[in-house]
Amino acid sequence: MSRLFWLAGLLACFAIPAAQADDFRNVVIADPFIELHSGPGRGYPVFHVIERGREVVLIKRRTDWFQVRTDRGLEGWVPRAQMLATLEPDGQPLALQEPSRENYLKRRWQAGVMAGDFAGASLISAFGGYAFSDNLSIDVALSHIQGEFSNGYAATIGLMHVFVPEWRLSPYFTLGTGIIHVKPKSTLVRAVDRDDQIGYVGGGLQFYLTRRFMLRTEYRSNVIFTSRDDNEEVDEWKYLGFAFFF
Amino acid sequence: MEVSRLRLLFLTAAAAAVLPGCAWIDRDRGGTPERVLAAEQLPEGSATVDRPVIEPQVERREIRRPRIDTEDFELGVYAGILSIEDFESNAVYGARLAYHLTEDFFLEAALGRSQAGRTSYEKLSGSAQLLSGSERDYTYYALSAGWNALPGEVFVGRNRAYNTAFYLVAGIGSTRFAGDDRFTVSGGFGYRVLPSDRIAVHIDVRDHVYDIDLLGKKKIVNNLEAHLGLSFFF
Repeated sequence: MSRLFWLAGLLACFAIPAAQADDFRNVVIADPFIELHSGPGRGYPVFHVIERGREVVLIKRRTDWFQVRTDRGLEGWVPRAQMLATLEPDGQPLALQEPSRENYLKRRWQAGVMAGDFAGASLISAFGGYAFSDNLSIDVALSHIQGEFSNGYAATIGLMHVFVPEWRLSPYFTLGTGIIHVKPKSTLVRAVDRDDQIGYVGGGLQFYLTRRFMLRTEYRSNVIFTSRDDNEEVDEWKYLGFAFFF
Repeated sequence: MEVSRLRLLFLTAAAAAVLPGCAWIDRDRGGTPERVLAAEQLPEGSATVDRPVIEPQVERREIRRPRIDTEDFELGVYAGILSIEDFESNAVYGARLAYHLTEDFFLEAALGRSQAGRTSYEKLSGSAQLLSGSERDYTYYALSAGWNALPGEVFVGRNRAYNTAFYLVAGIGSTRFAGDDRFTVSGGFGYRVLPSDRIAVHIDVRDHVYDIDLLGKKKIVNNLEAHLGLSFFF
């Protein structure tokens, strides 16, 4: 965990904004007029209006708001709905790439976080996936399990089959294998760490939320292949997960 | 044990064989009939129809994809004070990454670090030590969702206005303290001021709640944290 911490710190140092390229884009207003807000939010006051036919420079975008600069040097924020009708200087409509339902169907990569319950212990899981057909994808998950008597980490890789990818809410089936590391709490006496193989079969529901976001809920029935005489069977419920695709 | 493993292996193989097959069948069903139909409907003199009467002399326009600088991510560092229940208050520092989903909601991942002090019992008894050196390290991570509850502006003097937001945050994560990881629920509020469009200054208050049985009996602890942070949008 401490190594992870330093890595994050290092990343933060490098993230100090690099000089932006000055290839700003000029666009022509096609709506009767657009309103410039003083901030990227619906409540910020409108302080300026630009009429149709005038040219503005697109500086940046934050969530659904665009920052523009007028030819008089005024800078303000315009909602996406008003920018949809703007034109390129050559008269072409400005192509604002919006992640939508179509992109959802064509998605290849996805990543997200889920939270739930692993045999009574709390579970936090980060996952990533690559879809190599509409239905089938590879699913990789790293889980942090925190129980009353022991903690653990699990890494799994498996196949995931989405039954009806074009539905907004679609069930899926998943099957895979991985490893689990269990570390009993330090307050317990004579307990040793264990590494075991784990296999799982499960299913879940995937829901397309909006833009590039999805919700997921999942159940897995795990078999832990222990070095003892018995295998352990563990139920894993991931109550809710949030994912984005790209 | 052997039976289970075999069963799992068999299931894996069966799924790998059957599932891509289903997708393939579906794809074929969609593709072929259209092609057959198109061939049937072609008129006989189609070769002549293809050639245009006038060859248009249009230069193909160069298509540029709009490269709009999107700044939905926010990365920063923070430093402040963390009160670890029974273990004094100490400096805490950390890093946070946020992703703004909409103007109202954001997701946040934070990683923080502190060091626990000594309990009153350790101080009074003189020599007794509850925790060894490395067990006093306090590290946490938190994955949270935030809501910009009160966006607004602050005015400094007559000519300056800065965008601000008061936000609420709640999330889950883990705390490593006293040699163990503990599932932690955290929540709190913060205030963000943007001196420029890409820099934000934060003042945050968080409460980290988890169960601990270090002092013999299991109890819920609340570790309050207040920190000042600086972050950049990118």
